[in-house]
Amino acid sequence: MTGFLRWLRSHPPAALSLLFLVTLFVLAIMAPVIAPYSPTKQDVNNTLAEASWQHWLGTDDLGRDVFSRLMYGAPITLYASFLAVIVGCVLGIPVGLLAGYLGGRIDDAISRALDALLSFPAIVLAIGVTGALGVGLTNGMIAVGIVFSPQLARLMRAQTLVVKQELYVDAVRCFGASLPRIILKHVMPNAIQPVIVQVTLLLAVALLSEASLSFLGLGVQPPQPSWGAMLARAYNYMEIAPEQMYAPGLAILFTSLAFNTLGEALRVALDPTRKRR
Amino acid sequence: MIRRRVVQIIPVIVLATFVVFGLLQLVPGDIAVTLAGDNATDARIAQIRQSYGLDRPFLVQYGTWLWNAMHLDLSRSYLSNEPVFDQIMHRFPVTLLIVGSALALSLIIGVPFGILAATRPGSFLDTAVTSVASLGVALPNFWLAMILVATFALSWNWFPATGAVALSRSPSQALLHATLPAIALAASGVATVVQQLRSALIEILSSQYVRTLHAKGLSPAAILWQHGLKNVSVTLLTVVGLLVNRLLGATVVVEAVFAIPGMGSLIVHAAVHKDFPVVQGVVLSMVVIVILLNLLIDILYTVLDPRVALK
Repeated sequence: MTGFLRWLRSHPPAALSLLFLVTLFVLAIMAPVIAPYSPTKQDVNNTLAEASWQHWLGTDDLGRDVFSRLMYGAPITLYASFLAVIVGCVLGIPVGLLAGYLGGRIDDAISRALDALLSFPAIVLAIGVTGALGVGLTNGMIAVGIVFSPQLARLMRAQTLVVKQELYVDAVRCFGASLPRIILKHVMPNAIQPVIVQVTLLLAVALLSEASLSFLGLGVQPPQPSWGAMLARAYNYMEIAPEQMYAPGLAILFTSLAFNTLGEALRVALDPTRKRR
Repeated sequence: MIRRRVVQIIPVIVLATFVVFGLLQLVPGDIAVTLAGDNATDARIAQIRQSYGLDRPFLVQYGTWLWNAMHLDLSRSYLSNEPVFDQIMHRFPVTLLIVGSALALSLIIGVPFGILAATRPGSFLDTAVTSVASLGVALPNFWLAMILVATFALSWNWFPATGAVALSRSPSQALLHATLPAIALAASGVATVVQQLRSALIEILSSQYVRTLHAKGLSPAAILWQHGLKNVSVTLLTVVGLLVNRLLGATVVVEAVFAIPGMGSLIVHAAVHKDFPVVQGVVLSMVVIVILLNLLIDILYTVLDPRVALK
């Protein structure tokens, strides 16, 4: 723990990103307690208002407080990002482990399947799935997660190929350890580091995907607030109130920037060959 | 090697088409009932089920669909009854122009800055370029599109805010309409090119043989142009493959911002109105484009790096 704190102190961008994300999580959880207004409370006499002491970031086209909606949108946005990444991990990690460890024809077959899935642009497949399952955030993000899974599987496979050559893996095999035990207790923990980095980076991609899907009206459905959906409303009033688009857009930008910065810092920290640079 | 790669993509294409066709199986309930709309008679539902072949077994449906797709018959739209293939061909040029310009912009801007940053690692210029690149990756492209519209189209009237013009009708108008969407798409593309090129080039320039080249007295410029860039061209090819995949996804959202009648708006409209043949057609054509492009890139690898062919 002290080592981690020392690492943070010598990496200001990573520390700042972590601080931002922790603050965002706290705000997301505490939104019902600390948000100044209800996210759905309309005030038709005060629509598209500019920032003021009553409404820090103004009000939207229905007179709802933008700052409160931004806070209530945070948990929905984060839920969507984590859902996609968790789906990607649950599908991708075991497949990558098996392909890498077993090798041979199974590996060939799995690799072809991964190639096929990797060829789908994530958003396009997600739109296809929401079109079939019906619009909704959960459906769309599960589809995004399915598109993530081959990336994680490939990474896991490549690492497993390296780790399974290690002498200690031979040793536990000679001791008669079962296949699941070898893979789960000895191969995976030593091959998972690059996957952790990739997961952090994918959170940013998932966040942008959620924003895109909700912007297109295929994700979050009104009146639920999400940053992408807020941008979709702002789009309709772009000519008369262009300032409506700044707060949600910046929220998306800063959050995805924080995930990316943290991921890159982790990559450098975990990669022994890059340490000296 | 090339023949092996061509043979290898056949199962990839088959698997991808299986996924595309499988989308239909995700539809909850009976598709024929959904299609017939409210208050449909049983006879009408049965008629729809038969005309779309929904009463046959899944694999037979898939086989027929695949066979027709190979003959460029992607069935008809549920909404307009137009052949899906015609709709796609009608809209494809618009998307191609935007995605193509975005790809060109990404390379034209990204490559020089990637090289500049890699040759001066740790310098002020490097820090500035990599910081801007991190912003570009994190930026939601449709938000950038909205900012561009608000600024350059609505406030300053430099560019049209919406729509597209066919390149064949008026090249200048077509490019004028495509400029803002292409810039919005290219932001993340430039950033990706810079990041990937920079890290690949730094790795090459710090390798053993480059040290040897320095030792034998070759000038840094000669090392960069004769040895560095030759080796980094493989990375650049990989990035192009990655970018086309991402741009095809991103264009869907950016087209929505500019109300461009391209592939993106086609699939979004179809997804909202449950027009499954159109959804499948667009997903299929995009995935086939990506797969064929990756095949082309794999073949180019062997040209650039003969060692690949030996493996």
